[in-house]
Amino acid sequence: MIGYSIDEKELTVMIKGDIDHHSSVDIRTQTDELIFKYIPNKLILDFSQVTFCDSSGIAIVLGRYKLMKQYGGTVSLAKVNPQISRIFDLSGVWNIIGRKEVKSK
Amino acid sequence: MSLINKMQITFPSRSVNEGFARVSTASFISQLDPTLEEISDIKTIVSEAVTNSIVHGYADREGEIIISVYIYDNRRVRITVKDRGVGIPDIKKAMEACFTTGSEDRAGMGFTIMQTFSDKLKVRSVQNRGTIVTMEKILCPRP
Repeated sequence: MIGYSIDEKELTVMIKGDIDHHSSVDIRTQTDELIFKYIPNKLILDFSQVTFCDSSGIAIVLGRYKLMKQYGGTVSLAKVNPQISRIFDLSGVWNIIGRKEVKSK
Repeated sequence: MSLINKMQITFPSRSVNEGFARVSTASFISQLDPTLEEISDIKTIVSEAVTNSIVHGYADREGEIIISVYIYDNRRVRITVKDRGVGIPDIKKAMEACFTTGSEDRAGMGFTIMQTFSDKLKVRSVQNRGTIVTMEKILCPRP
């Protein structure tokens, strides 16, 4: 499940719940629908409400990166907790994708 | 190494069961009072192994997935995820990071994650007979 907000050309998608192979289809299609609708310059994936994430999350992030790149846009991840961050560390996601730091503890 | 407790669950290879698989495994292990990080690691490796069975092992049909969890002394946990699917033709290749025969929505990182988040990983597979993934994790001592 996702929630979103749009500000100018900046689209923030808040992913909610578990990210796994089962949930990734809906997360992907719903996020892509928003990208096609708003054609944002910047996509921020907000992980503050993500309760679990396995390698399906890597594919979601890399897939959105490729899609956004076609429109000349960028992707960054926000509020990724340390445990989920370890998954992304393994995949080299941070080499191509920006990270918005967690403000609160 | 003596066995202290064990459990087994069997469920059909439907993606909706991925959450059930990892949560019930984590719930069984909670008797060892693991850290949040250890719970998260265990949920993740179970999720990866079960997803492999669903996406690859039973790519063209539904079948049974069996998870066994063994708790040994010295806080050693062994988890096996077994399917009777198509098997893995080339295990070495399958375990390479970013290698996948899956679609675009797979990252090819499953075995890399299982390897990193467990202390020991063993994969046995026979073509058209199935695959058993065995993972061990030794939990940190608790006061």
